[in-house]
Amino acid sequence: MGRQFGQRVLAMVVLRTLLIGVKSVLLHPLRSLLTMLGIFIGVASVIWLLAIGAGISQKAQEQIEGLGADNIIVRSIKPATSPDGSSTSFVLPYGLLREDFDTLVETIPTIVSALPIREVIREVQFGDRTLYARVVGCTPDYAEVTQLAVDRGHFVTDAELKTEQNHCVLAAAVAETLFPYEDPIGRRLYLPEPQDYYQVVGVLHPRQPTAAIGGSLAAQDFSQDVYIPITTLRRRIGDTVVVRRSGSREGETVELNQITLRIDGIENVMRTADLVQQTLDRNHSKLQDVAVVVPKELLEQAETTRIMFMVFMGIIAGISLLVGGIGIMNIMLATVTERTREIGIRRALGAKRGDIILQFLIETTVLTVAGGLFGIVAGGLCPKIVGWIKVQLELRTPELIATLPDVVRTVVPIVEPWYFGLAFFISTGIGIVFGIYPAIRAAMMDPIEALRHE
Amino acid sequence: MKLAAKIEFVTKDYALKGETVRALRGISFNVPEGEYLTIMGPSGSGKSTLLNLLGCLDRPTSGSLRLGDNDIATMNDSQLSGIRAARIGFVFQSYNLISQLNVLENIEVPLHYRGRFSSVERSRCRELAELVGLSDRLRHRPQQLSGGQQQRVAIARSLANDPYFILADEPTGNLDSQTANEILDLFAALNRQGKTIIVVSHEDDVARRGRRIIRLRDGLIQVDETVSG
Repeated sequence: MGRQFGQRVLAMVVLRTLLIGVKSVLLHPLRSLLTMLGIFIGVASVIWLLAIGAGISQKAQEQIEGLGADNIIVRSIKPATSPDGSSTSFVLPYGLLREDFDTLVETIPTIVSALPIREVIREVQFGDRTLYARVVGCTPDYAEVTQLAVDRGHFVTDAELKTEQNHCVLAAAVAETLFPYEDPIGRRLYLPEPQDYYQVVGVLHPRQPTAAIGGSLAAQDFSQDVYIPITTLRRRIGDTVVVRRSGSREGETVELNQITLRIDGIENVMRTADLVQQTLDRNHSKLQDVAVVVPKELLEQAETTRIMFMVFMGIIAGISLLVGGIGIMNIMLATVTERTREIGIRRALGAKRGDIILQFLIETTVLTVAGGLFGIVAGGLCPKIVGWIKVQLELRTPELIATLPDVVRTVVPIVEPWYFGLAFFISTGIGIVFGIYPAIRAAMMDPIEALRHE
Repeated sequence: MKLAAKIEFVTKDYALKGETVRALRGISFNVPEGEYLTIMGPSGSGKSTLLNLLGCLDRPTSGSLRLGDNDIATMNDSQLSGIRAARIGFVFQSYNLISQLNVLENIEVPLHYRGRFSSVERSRCRELAELVGLSDRLRHRPQQLSGGQQQRVAIARSLANDPYFILADEPTGNLDSQTANEILDLFAALNRQGKTIIVVSHEDDVARRGRRIIRLRDGLIQVDETVSG
């Protein structure tokens, strides 16, 4: 009974002090607003960093799911050093062999399917329009695995693969560049090297580029692609690519650029990756010209990247909160000095030290929580603002946008409700941490001295 | 007769720049309930020190100072605050109202610190404002009031917690003589209603309005006399 009464009294005291706090804060609106600014920025940046971090994390997750968590990717890597002395007419052979492909498929039972890819950069022409495209030799499954959607016509078919047809499928941007006015389906592209015509049988929907993940898989921009059956590429273009430079010829012989292996279960991925590595080591241990990439590893790398980003942003947010907190402490110390007389009066009229501490602590917390609430609003607007900025940048400076890293270009911040709870908790905490010292200073004043203060 | 305050052999020493200043050297007197006492003396006589002790803002170095059943010599800071909140009504020379609060809120301040605060007490604060003639100024801020009006608010505030005594420090020092008289009339009226009043002043005019004068000199009571007439 008595205790209940005591609790009610305490609640009333806090409520009254809170009202006084709000009044005092409103007494100097500009000063209060400026003081809140630091907390506002701090809290907003905490929410922004969480939202952007979550956005990046989700992007990476999607990307890896796109690659398939039950996939292993084996890529050819150009060796750093040539195996023997270089000559003026040197063609470097490296990378995955068709023999490797067959061995892998035949010897490892956990591999369900395997997709070989060969890609070369070639000039392609139609009429007087020309561009450099990435000519990708692939199998029909490639569209599904890399999530390419057909707009018109069809993707490379099994029949075309078998009969090594001179057929090609164009990425949306390629079709746009080469056929701005006409329907590309049924038209014939010309490849000046090695002088061949390819009939267009399909056009794809535009596809978002994938971001680079970790160090082992480069970003892929699908917009400049021309897809042809891999058998056709081998027959018409061949394995050797030669670049003529003034006086010398440089070139490379690559049979396959990439093999995507689908495994029969995620639990077998790591074990199979080891087996694949061992199998490939027989041909490639000397040159180190192949890399086995496991998406699960990429996921871990992406997580590390995300954590590093969060730590970095966290430090920034922490510093701004610290600066905001120090600003608040500064203002409150000034306020305490300014109101020495009031403190003396209140003490004379019976305020205990605890009452004075409570009063100033509540005033500080009113400031920080108000700043925090504005910060929460600004934080909640993060996805909208980021989206708006992206649209504006794309409209005004498309070149700049193109140079940005994919992660930055494609990120969509994700705001979750618990961020707001955290932000509120932080701003209250800042108020208490940075308010306690000025409040104690106020409470420890000698009431006699304080009353004499002019 | 019941005592509002009982002061026995009180001394107070201060350390000032390494030297000990003996502000009070042992004084004793009683303040019966209903008394109207003026404490006088030149500066340095120990007047302010005695005021701080009577107001429970400080503790004596030795001796005892009893307010009701409480000996403030043995109390800690928090207990002293409690006594001030419950049983002492301060009136200051420069009014000392809180500028961001209106008249009624200023009168209510001592009640905040007593912990309990009922609607009955709230309406009593209105009555007090009426008593000092400010019932039409309840929502005014101190800056909007004249000096005399501010001092009336302070007197109403000093009565809010039903104190042992009103302790007034030069209450008319900032006022013109006519306003000062009005304030002293108010004290006299309150005293007639049975309120104990202790005024600290150096003005004879003020002192003559009370019933008793204690004159201090060099930390000792020089004269303790009843006002004649």
